[in-house]
Amino acid sequence: MAESSYDVVVVGGGPGGYVTAIRAAQLGMKTAVVEREHLGGICLNWGCIPTKALLRTAEVFRNAKNAEEYGLKISGLEFDLKKIVERSRGISKQLSEGVGYLLKKNKVDVIDGHGKLAGKGKLVVEKDGKKIADLTGKHIILATGARARALPGLEPDGKLIWTYKEAMVPDVMPKSMLVVGSGAIGIEFASFYHTLGVDVTVVEVLPRVLPVEDEEISAFAHKAFEKDGLKIMVNATVKTLKKGADSVTASIESNGKTTELTVDRVIMAVGIVGNVEEIGLETTKIEVDRTHVVINEWCETAEKGVYAIGDLAGPPWLAHKASHEGIICIEKIAGEKGVHPLNTLRIPGCTYCHPQVASVGLTEAAAKEKGYDVKVGKFPFIGNGKAIALGEPEGMVKTIFDAKTGEMLGAHMIGAEVTELIQGYAVGMTLETTEVELMETVFPHPTLSEMMHEAVLDAYGRVIHF
Amino acid sequence: MTVEILMPALSPTMTEGTLAKWHKGEGDEVVAGDVIAEIETDKATMELEAVDEGVLGKIVVAEGSEGVAVNSLIAVLLEEGDDATAADAAASAAPAPQPVAAPEEPVAAPAPAAPQPTAQAAPVDKGSRIFASPLAKRLATEAGIDIAAIPGSGPHGRIVKSDVEAAKAGGVQAAPAAEAQTQAVPTAPSLPATVPTGGSYTEIPNSSIRKIIAERLTASSRDIPSYMVTIDCEIDNLLAMRSDLNGRSPEGDGAYKISVNDFIVRAVALAMRKVPGVNSSWTEAAILQYDAIDISMAVATADGLITPIVRNADQKGLAEISIETKDLALRARDNKLMPEEFQGGGFTISNLGMYGVKEFTSIINPPQSCILSVGAGEQRPVVKEGALGIATVMSCTLASDHRTVDGALAAQFLQAFKAMVEDPLTMLL
Ligand SMILES: Cc1cc2nc3c(=O)[nH]c(=O)nc-3n(C[C@H](O)[C@H](O)[C@H](O)COP(=O)(O)OP(=O)(O)OC[C@H]3O[C@@H](n4cnc5c(N)ncnc54)[C@H](O)[C@@H]3O)c2cc1C
Repeated sequence: MAESSYDVVVVGGGPGGYVTAIRAAQLGMKTAVVEREHLGGICLNWGCIPTKALLRTAEVFRNAKNAEEYGLKISGLEFDLKKIVERSRGISKQLSEGVGYLLKKNKVDVIDGHGKLAGKGKLVVEKDGKKIADLTGKHIILATGARARALPGLEPDGKLIWTYKEAMVPDVMPKSMLVVGSGAIGIEFASFYHTLGVDVTVVEVLPRVLPVEDEEISAFAHKAFEKDGLKIMVNATVKTLKKGADSVTASIESNGKTTELTVDRVIMAVGIVGNVEEIGLETTKIEVDRTHVVINEWCETAEKGVYAIGDLAGPPWLAHKASHEGIICIEKIAGEKGVHPLNTLRIPGCTYCHPQVASVGLTEAAAKEKGYDVKVGKFPFIGNGKAIALGEPEGMVKTIFDAKTGEMLGAHMIGAEVTELIQGYAVGMTLETTEVELMETVFPHPTLSEMMHEAVLDAYGRVIHF
Repeated sequence: MTVEILMPALSPTMTEGTLAKWHKGEGDEVVAGDVIAEIETDKATMELEAVDEGVLGKIVVAEGSEGVAVNSLIAVLLEEGDDATAADAAASAAPAPQPVAAPEEPVAAPAPAAPQPTAQAAPVDKGSRIFASPLAKRLATEAGIDIAAIPGSGPHGRIVKSDVEAAKAGGVQAAPAAEAQTQAVPTAPSLPATVPTGGSYTEIPNSSIRKIIAERLTASSRDIPSYMVTIDCEIDNLLAMRSDLNGRSPEGDGAYKISVNDFIVRAVALAMRKVPGVNSSWTEAAILQYDAIDISMAVATADGLITPIVRNADQKGLAEISIETKDLALRARDNKLMPEEFQGGGFTISNLGMYGVKEFTSIINPPQSCILSVGAGEQRPVVKEGALGIATVMSCTLASDHRTVDGALAAQFLQAFKAMVEDPLTMLL
């Protein structure tokens, strides 16, 4: 049985864990990652990456269907579900293996098994219920991630009622589908299935879709989805799911009225819960709040020498947040200079539905709530030459500035490729830009990014092309 | 073409000011460089120079107007070919103050008589470029904080928003003096005495400076947990060395006359180098300990107190300090200091020795942590090795902010200071 001591042991090999381990190794620490299932975590295997592969298929399909608009003729357009899923799985596999290679290259030991805290600085690793290793780590970083949340009475069964995992590997295309929850995950699946011809209904308990986004963006998205034929019910709650032989009947309550809807499949996308079980937390002082480990700004838990990062440690539940948090945590441990706590207001969030949605910082409402006197700029895709040339005239870019200081407080976008654009504002905000530097920046023509310029100009009454 | 003359911002903190005086009247010819008006800010009076030539067509804001917003129209200049009605037209079409982002400078904003300090134009003492985020620069400018005095916590020491906010919270303000004489104010509760206590009186309107001093000192006295530590220094050696040095002063150019105060400035500077903890500011997040040794000197002026700064005092010799302090004090009394000459500083010296004061205490000049009150050097009986003798003794009292400077640290500083004052040759080291 292996028995080894390390400077750093990371539990969980997702984007939080593996990135932290590589950085730890770079900083000269002897490092191990314990991973029980798949390097790359949910992100590479069941999250960010495979969904983007599926959504790319949907995008190509959509464009092919609209080929005539571009002067092309395509006949007999069909899809092959098996190949679509294979492609997505293949990409996940490729990247997961890539993570294995990166860890090896950085001389990080990868231990295949389930890690569990076992007293001060100690960790046991089990495989198939049997102990396979005792590890000691001066610093133990928990990065065990999260899984889909189950609502009582609406529990997924993996056959008719899916979580994201089943939704990612369908073997037959359902004809109709109910998506419960209109956050990023729910909307992305709704967008994928809807584009491939499934009759999709999205139910959201809150008054608007993509509820964390700026209200105006939510409203824009709602309209665009409906125009595309996606059915949306907001202010609506799924009360029960009755399973049939190959269908599910949902009773949905909305504004005091109950409607029944029968669909082939249901996807539950109502959030996530942290993987806090079976990792030995009970042997420590670590506090758990609503399935997430409580940490301070340096990712330290209440137990000395034990840290938590990523989905396990709370929102926003994003891969890049997990990685960045891990870097901060390990650099702080290593005593690096100039380490700063994570500023969640500078973490961009993206949803890869059609049209795409991306944002960073405060929404207009949140900024006002915080007492800022705001200047708001907007620019529509229809005013941008590149958007029209692309055949993507639908969308908008919105910027929010503190009227007093010119600080950029937030940016919100919807439309083609905005998930690739948002980082421009993220860089600007991280460099603490004011409106002046953004106005002085030269944006290449013709690009969608010109709208980012115009949306800033607009906030100060200087928009040119609209 | 008429040219709009706008209320200039003479200091970064200035949002409004008083139009103290017009030097030109309507119809007067003006050439670039002419002083056309005097603007009084909260800290100083500055001359407003014309940058264009023409005829002063219309005065929009009358002499003596208070609270004139920066960038508002104060006068209209007629250029060649304009007729007088153009001035009225321009005046009535007065634009709203320029938005921050307006890219074009107002066509002919009159230049203040001297370059106005901006966050980018750091005080000369640091010389090199200051790395700060655009937002940090703007926030510092708006708060009137000398950005060069703020330690940066960003990558490679870059100054970022949170640093400015920390400095602001700690009160790094373009603070005029908290000074000794104000200490003499009776300690009775400062209820606004709106009703005079009877008898006749003269009403003396408060100048901007007076109001600011009142505000800052009240805040200092209220918010800073301060305490005093006093030490006696024998200065006979220092006096001897002073007359010796002054005896060697050249005639004419380069002549100097070193005062006791100049020795004190140098001794304080060197003691600050030894005990850097006193050169600091309290902020919620961190204690900011300054790298540069910049010493504020309290100077009484007709309008109130001001604290010009001897920058990098530890790197200056006695003669240099002497010449510089004289010049600063003179210009302070004439209201001729540039804002960067009195904004900042890490430590204040207040010297009432020339009034024969034995000892006194001062109110701390925030965001600084310490102020040294220097009394008169006077002959006192001293006991040395069991025998009574006579020595010239000077009592000095250090007021410190207990949040940043603990008693032992204050005592260490005074000890270092005393050692140098009593054995002034060590100041040459
Ligand atoms: C469908 C879907 C789409 C998503 N799309 C995006 C997106 O586009 N962009 C984005 O930023 N985020 C996206 N996310 C979220 C993203 O996947 C997570 O935020 C991210 O994976 C969190 O990383 P992590 O390292 O904290 O945890 P995880 O990725 O969950 O990794 C945790 C790892 O720890 C392992 N583990 C758990 N317990 C133990 C144990 N006791 N011992 C050993 N190993 C253990 C798990 O097997 C897992 O591999 C998506 C999520 C889903 C579900």
